[in-house]
Amino acid sequence: MSVSGNNIRIGLYAAVAVCWVAAPFFLDNYQTDVLNNIAIYALLGLSLNIILGYGGMFHMGHAAFFAIGAYTTAIMNTSWGIPVLWLLPLSGITAGVFALVVARPIIHLRGDYLLIVTIGMVEIVRIALVNNIFGITGGPNGIFGIASPQVFGYPINGIVHPAHYFYLLTVFIAFTIAVFYLLEHSRYGRALKYLCSDSVAAEGSGIDTSGYKLSAFVIGAFWAGMVGNLYAGKITFISPESFSFWESVVMFMIVILGGAGSIPGVLLGAILIIGLPEFFQELQQYRLLIFGIALVAMMIFRPQGVLPPKPHTYPVDKIDEKEVAL
Amino acid sequence: MSLLRVENVVKFFGGLMAVGNVSFDVPEGCVYGLIGPNGAGKTTVFNLITGNYKLNKGNIVFKGENITGMLTPRVVALGIARTFQNIRLFSNMSVLENVLAGYHCRMKSGALAAMLRLPKQRAEERRAIGKAIAELRFVGLEAEAENLARNLSYGNQRLLEIARALASDPALIILDEPAGGMNEYETTALVDLIERIRARGITVMLIEHDMSLVMRACEYIVVLEHGKKIAEGSPEVIKADPKVIEAYLGSDDDEI
Repeated sequence: MSVSGNNIRIGLYAAVAVCWVAAPFFLDNYQTDVLNNIAIYALLGLSLNIILGYGGMFHMGHAAFFAIGAYTTAIMNTSWGIPVLWLLPLSGITAGVFALVVARPIIHLRGDYLLIVTIGMVEIVRIALVNNIFGITGGPNGIFGIASPQVFGYPINGIVHPAHYFYLLTVFIAFTIAVFYLLEHSRYGRALKYLCSDSVAAEGSGIDTSGYKLSAFVIGAFWAGMVGNLYAGKITFISPESFSFWESVVMFMIVILGGAGSIPGVLLGAILIIGLPEFFQELQQYRLLIFGIALVAMMIFRPQGVLPPKPHTYPVDKIDEKEVAL
Repeated sequence: MSLLRVENVVKFFGGLMAVGNVSFDVPEGCVYGLIGPNGAGKTTVFNLITGNYKLNKGNIVFKGENITGMLTPRVVALGIARTFQNIRLFSNMSVLENVLAGYHCRMKSGALAAMLRLPKQRAEERRAIGKAIAELRFVGLEAEAENLARNLSYGNQRLLEIARALASDPALIILDEPAGGMNEYETTALVDLIERIRARGITVMLIEHDMSLVMRACEYIVVLEHGKKIAEGSPEVIKADPKVIEAYLGSDDDEI
């Protein structure tokens, strides 16, 4: 990639970021809420991208981790009144621990086998929530009356003032992008890409593939759990319906369609899959038909996604001659 | 003392005995050849050493430690690196990233250090890049560092596999048909490269069909046929051994 090409790309990203941040000033509450939904799914897509994009593991049960984070927040907040944002790390941890326990026995499964088991996992979680497991999930009705998050004592109400919530989510997205970018271009991110590319060669190069696969699940789940926290704080009411298998499919589509393993790709995927249907409101029932055709066409003509990952360039020329040592 | 000791190793694939009671010692600092007709079990022996296959019987001892049944990443961390007969590179990643894979087991920074961009992690990344460039220079691929691995020529892909294996700082490097698909000129350069690897204090073990390369590069050769050891010794001894000649040239239906 030439320097000017890189500059154009960075300029484009900056322009999109500015438009994103300025958008609520030009939109009504409903439209801003659509942006909030896009933000939530973008975050979920980014967290799934660790597992599906870098690690290449066909995981179609991501909504389960999302649900566990959201329910952790809902239960702790409504029962003990713990502020929502304080529960952000805890929601991540419960989802991460759940992933550790559940993924451990299935981590060696490949491709479609893993896909089927993870579908089972998300269904079991949903059914457990519907059946009011341990008597704390509120059954099919879910949990009402979750408090809005507060930042420095200032409540951020996602229903009355979607724009306020929009900026909370945007800050979290910016943080997520930064952290995941660093992760992608590190020893850890490379290890996931190696095992995705050729797991035998990765093992032969000394990479503990099952350990990395498991940790990818845990990190992805941890993040999805935190997004669950932000989601619960946004709509203040959660029920098992919000965490169905279909939600997992949507997250899966966002990653695959946008560009597996590419942060800009996943963000674009979220905008296309969550945002685009809003433009076709008047088409009503034909909406899904068009959507389906678009998906099929994409998979035929551009299976690597709209924005596939660019090869990373290392600062080879910045390495001193004396650092080049066997 | 021998660096690697293979003791009475047996491996079955279903009812087929791929390796039957094979033993040999690889002394430190030598170039050791493993030859034999197709299907003799050479690659299987390599896969048993590196932990890709589980053996049915026998022991494998490396640097005095029993590594029988040990998982591949641990074996690599202990100091055995390998290349593959059918090139297995990370084809959509850059040449440099491929070499970094080998150095992975000598690095320590985990996910958290990367997310926080700790100074230690950044220093380690720099060191790793320096190491990878040095290994690429060693095999003569420095100019290709930023190319994608799949865009390299066949011979260069083999060299890249060697560079990746060397990046793990092994005590023993196992090369599975390193000259496969190379022309005469590249093969000669490979003999030189093997000698330079040995000069670094790394013991080399190789499987090869190119007899001229084996005879030039190896100091000691073990011959397998049908999973059994039929001869061992210096190249001169092997060349003169009637059993080896029979195995290679013997009956009409054998490969010539």
